[in-house]
Amino acid sequence: MLDKAKPTTAPIVERCQALFSDLTFEAQRAWKEAKPGRKVVGFLPYYAPRELVHAAGCLPIGILGGGDQLEVIHGDAYYQSYICRIPRSTVELGVSGRLDFVDGMLFPSICDVIRNLSGMWKLMFPQKATRYVDLPQNFTMDIGVPFYAQELREVREFLEQIVGKPITDDEIRNSITLFNENRRLVREVYKLRAEMPWNLPSSEVYLLMRAGLLTPVEEHNAMLAEYMSLAQQMERPLKDNSRVVISGAFCEQPPLNLIKSIELAGCYIVDDDFLVVNRWEKSEVATSGDPLENLARAYISDSTSIAPKYEPNPKIKGKYLIDSVRENGAEGVIFAMPSFCDPALLDRPMLQSALKEANIPYIGFKYAENTGQMQPVREQAGTFADSIKLWSGQ
Amino acid sequence: MSTIITRPKAAPAEIIRDASMAKQKDMLARHYDRLCDAPQTGEKVCATFVPGNLNELIMCFDMVNNLPEVNAIQSGLRKQSGGYVMESEKLGHSEDVCTYVKSDIGMMAKGNIGPNGRKLPNPDVLLLSYTGCFTFMKWFELLRQQYQCETIMMHTPYLGDGKITPEMIQYMVKQLKQDVIPTLERVSGVKFDIDRLRENLRRSAKAEEDHIWVLQSAQNKPSPIDAYFGGIYYVGPIFGAFRGTDDAIDYYKFLRQEVEERIRLGKGPVTPDGDMPQERYRLVVEGPPNYTHFRQFWKMFYDEGAVVVASSYTKVGGTYDYGFRHDPDRPLESLAEYCLNVYTNRNLPMRVDMLVDYINRYEADGLLINSIKSCNSFSAGQLLIMREVEKRTGKPAAFIETDLVDPRYFSAANVKNRLESYFQMIEQKRSSSSFAA
Repeated sequence: MLDKAKPTTAPIVERCQALFSDLTFEAQRAWKEAKPGRKVVGFLPYYAPRELVHAAGCLPIGILGGGDQLEVIHGDAYYQSYICRIPRSTVELGVSGRLDFVDGMLFPSICDVIRNLSGMWKLMFPQKATRYVDLPQNFTMDIGVPFYAQELREVREFLEQIVGKPITDDEIRNSITLFNENRRLVREVYKLRAEMPWNLPSSEVYLLMRAGLLTPVEEHNAMLAEYMSLAQQMERPLKDNSRVVISGAFCEQPPLNLIKSIELAGCYIVDDDFLVVNRWEKSEVATSGDPLENLARAYISDSTSIAPKYEPNPKIKGKYLIDSVRENGAEGVIFAMPSFCDPALLDRPMLQSALKEANIPYIGFKYAENTGQMQPVREQAGTFADSIKLWSGQ
Repeated sequence: MSTIITRPKAAPAEIIRDASMAKQKDMLARHYDRLCDAPQTGEKVCATFVPGNLNELIMCFDMVNNLPEVNAIQSGLRKQSGGYVMESEKLGHSEDVCTYVKSDIGMMAKGNIGPNGRKLPNPDVLLLSYTGCFTFMKWFELLRQQYQCETIMMHTPYLGDGKITPEMIQYMVKQLKQDVIPTLERVSGVKFDIDRLRENLRRSAKAEEDHIWVLQSAQNKPSPIDAYFGGIYYVGPIFGAFRGTDDAIDYYKFLRQEVEERIRLGKGPVTPDGDMPQERYRLVVEGPPNYTHFRQFWKMFYDEGAVVVASSYTKVGGTYDYGFRHDPDRPLESLAEYCLNVYTNRNLPMRVDMLVDYINRYEADGLLINSIKSCNSFSAGQLLIMREVEKRTGKPAAFIETDLVDPRYFSAANVKNRLESYFQMIEQKRSSSSFAA
């Protein structure tokens, strides 16, 4: 029984867990039904301009596959064995009717599999509005910004067709303000976790972040603030764990048990690249002037580095990971990457050589969203944690 | 006690080539020699990819191109890629990723010896034509780390909505003007001359006319060409280092005459074992071929009288079926359109439409998909493509799985079984159709 006198994050975590586990999306359906005319727009990893979806009056929800609780029956019939798991469970969600309440889908240009899934969606669900979002790969300001601003104009038109009304610049500015606040709070949670990882276990933080992709931003902002306030007051035992950064899990998500296993094996996760959309822009997006231009500018000049993005400057390839290790006081990196994930797996050798040069230890393993056997993960992560404790600084 | 049986050594069967193949072999040999001579001649080397390659532009800077996929294909055909792939995996590259990349990296690790047995030079610039394939981007980041040379990003927007927009063209032209051309000028020391580009494009368009005529000659019955296995030879010059050259014009003119003659004589395609005697099945093939067992793979088709009358792979370095030609009057815009039109830059509905069109136009018996483990750009979604094409055409489709250049993923017995079943399926379909009629 909970001791009511002691502050606890448990009720928030329970709510987040319920959102996370619900593969029929009851809460999102309820949101939609609460007011006539409400629409829901899904998006795939790693990023979508959620501000535009929100400004249209729609609920943006992250479609992150089916995890380890979804039995994939139909989805496997659409993919060969050598293709990752997230598209097949996403197809499963679609063909099983679990996404029938979703009015539009956005597929960002993360890799060829998700890119092609956008076309599959058009063929399989012709009655649903579907759009591929072509994210810029040329990061020269006066080339990339106009390209992405144009792409955003087209996304805006796409959303206007879904809701049947124009989206004003002021509505977008208002949404940018709300998402700026959301990103600020998310960054604060991450900072706090790095400061006191024993009080903010990653298995909880992860659920809190997943909830942000399933609830209205206003609600999530309140949730983040409350969670931080309570987590700071908790008195969980400090363990002699190693501090690690997780890299490579930006698309297909690891099972929650995998995160728990890493922690149980003696690691504090002090930074990660799960669900990067919620802190994509590293500082505030400007709210005055042309809002689409502002979003485009932020994407080009001030967004997170991950494998699906081209790194124009070879001198800083992998620097973001080294910075993350140093800024968060980490002692090593765990490359946890989905099997058959082209962006993560092709990038890994380059990141490894950057870490090697910086004398930062690392290990790596692959997973699928439905990986059930955690013993190998626990053994590898545990050995890594021990080796850090034994050998670091020598 | 075991008995050792020594098989009599038979002389390897002579590979039959038509004259155009011999001509191309000679062109390719000259190209590789020119490339390998670059350190001595002082010519600058530009590494770039086949889809969306800007050969006409590269030529404006007196540069010689080096295409890593073509090197990987050559390694595959020469049975060297397997070792290269494993070398790359030893260096830490995942077993899950593209084997073109791993063959290329393994080849570098083993001394970068090209198909002519000589060391390939380091590139002076990497022109990343980011067209239709995500892996390209990481591949050139990996090569950049190795070669420490300039890298130019030329991002081609994907045809997610099934159309080319004026904004897409503008974006690409801007990249050409602001990034690609100034960097190539700087690296080569040669000033850009748009009239020279126009001239190259004029030559390209001329070769493209004959090239597409040859591919479309498969509408004849019997088809005078195999548009997949043979098609790989036919696309060589236009996809590679020769688009925009007189060599390409001569080659395609010569090839066209050769094919015209085959039509006149009522001949089927030439195969490594000679002329194909009887055309029994006309197929459309989606996806790249396997290169490590190329001849064995092809033989499984021509032994059964199966000829490929159209293929999507031969459109991966440019789609000319629907009217596109390089246009000297709109030089930069035309380069942009070329990149945008590449087969793998088309969305799935466009790809389905194209395959359905091929089946109807070439009066094919069905669709065969060769799904390649390495290539998600092609492979992701192919099972749906198969269903859609079957639904729309009423023609049977089949699915086989191999890899580009990793011999571990070519299971001959498996592929042969599936093909035989597929041919039986076509027969059944034919007999049930004639019965119904």
